[in-house]
Amino acid sequence: MNLYRPYSPSVVLRELSRSFRGTMVLDRISLEIPHGQFVALLGESGSGKTTLLRALAGLDDDAETQGSFTKPDSTSVLFQDSRLLPWKTVIDNVTLGLRRPDARSAALDILGLVGLADKVDVWPSTLSGGQKQRASLARSLLREPELLLADEPFGALDALTRLRMQNLLLKLVERRRPTIILVTHDVDEALLLSDRILVLKDGGIAEDHLISLPHPRRSHQSEISTLRAKLLKSLGVEADTV
Amino acid sequence: MTDATNQDFKGSSTKHWDMAVRTAEPVWASKKTRLTPKRLPAGVRLLGPVLVLLAWEAASRLGYLSPATLAAPSTALKTGYEMFADGSLLPHLLASAGRAYAGLFLGIVAGVVLALLAGLTRSGEALIDGLVQVKRAVPTLALIPLVIIWLGIGEAMKIFLIFTAVLVPVYINTHAALRSIDIGHVELARALGLTRSEFVRHVALPGALPGFFVALRLAVALCWTALVVLELINTQTGIGYLMNRARDWGQTEIIVVGIIIYAVLGLVSDAIVRAIETRALSYRRALGS
Ligand SMILES: Nc1ncnc2c1ncn2[C@@H]1O[C@H](COP(=O)(O)OP(=O)(O)OP(=O)(O)O)[C@@H](O)[C@H]1O
Ligand SMILES: [Mg+2]
Repeated sequence: MNLYRPYSPSVVLRELSRSFRGTMVLDRISLEIPHGQFVALLGESGSGKTTLLRALAGLDDDAETQGSFTKPDSTSVLFQDSRLLPWKTVIDNVTLGLRRPDARSAALDILGLVGLADKVDVWPSTLSGGQKQRASLARSLLREPELLLADEPFGALDALTRLRMQNLLLKLVERRRPTIILVTHDVDEALLLSDRILVLKDGGIAEDHLISLPHPRRSHQSEISTLRAKLLKSLGVEADTV
Repeated sequence: MTDATNQDFKGSSTKHWDMAVRTAEPVWASKKTRLTPKRLPAGVRLLGPVLVLLAWEAASRLGYLSPATLAAPSTALKTGYEMFADGSLLPHLLASAGRAYAGLFLGIVAGVVLALLAGLTRSGEALIDGLVQVKRAVPTLALIPLVIIWLGIGEAMKIFLIFTAVLVPVYINTHAALRSIDIGHVELARALGLTRSEFVRHVALPGALPGFFVALRLAVALCWTALVVLELINTQTGIGYLMNRARDWGQTEIIVVGIIIYAVLGLVSDAIVRAIETRALSYRRALGS
């Protein structure tokens, strides 16, 4: 785990606030995330997870955003819908905006890694949902970001595909270890993947848990099941027998 | 199950019964509702026109339509062929096509350029959009007197009026397509750190292409429409002139020749635009395919 590296935060939020027409959604959030930490952001629907992520991604330049944050220059965003441009082939989508001279060969490599070697030159409309999301993952990771912001990237996938995508993500970030903020409503996804779980509630970080278990994790590990019960409770879901 | 088959389809037990038989592939399973019509085989859309032509021809032969009112299609075809063969048709055809396509070309270029300026820049929008909306409210034909005063009654006037007629729909549709760009794609471009020119090239323009093709098809039809009226004014050439002269002589077959030529040119132009569109937008999984 990276928790024992010399401490240098990758992402810092200082009293970040965001309101929509006077309604406070994020209320003076302060937060530090060390380099290489995999953070899962949980919260009830409407708690402001997407709002927080969009602010960090620089996609929210509204005047109602206050406070400040720092983040690495190279940041990639992984959207819930894969957001492939329909008029570009898979590889052109993946290399879009890349200025590296070896963009194409690097893209071929990473498309191979995500299992799309035979879909390089097809239109996105011919891909399945899981394949689209893998192409989107390839596009994000090809940029070798220092920070990966992902908003429920696997939310629309079926359970089996989601499991595969989660493992794929772990495998792909293993070597370079970018800082990751993953928004999810799936407590198990958070428990399976992350080093740290944040719960967003009433505009603030209500809970902050570190998980130091190595991967791969099993759902019946006692630390996991204790934390699951706690998280479900704070998310307002009654977990009867965990 | 056998007694269930006798029940009213709308009966209360339908649901249960339907689920029970589903595995047995009932005949009506193939009758599931199609929300989009199936694509027609090539050429089948000519069915309607062919039927009308046949009815028209029959009416003429049976004496319901006198040649003085409307010539039979066969007569018109024969006349058309003769005019083509003796070389009297071609100069008129070329004159018309020259005007139509010159105006069309200028209108498309100007319409697209203005749409890009208005669609991609704030100052462009402020300057151009209002003007074009005003132009849109004024019928092209209402400009004829003014343009005659400016440009005379020659070729320049005709091409200019076709140009303005074409310009408006090209601008409106291309501009609308540029403005209605998917906000998700804009966010993607920002997240990927695209420069403005990369954004225009890779996102905005391809995104507006379907709208542009709508514009193109309207424009292609419109350039011929405008021409018919314009060729009634001071000219010795063009299909419109031929038809107008034929009216003076009561030669309905020549008028029909003109109509057929317009129809064929319109259809062929549209087919060409469609073919280009199909190629350019091949990424779309077409409806009904
Ligand atoms: N553009 C907007 N205009 C007005 N209100 C907004 C806007 N975007 C978000 N909100 C409000 O901000 C709050 C937080 O929204 P946000 O999308 O961040 O929630 P979320 O935690 O991502 O929820 P979910 O899990 O359902 O995706 C909601 O109450 C929402 O209505
Ligand atoms: Mg959200």
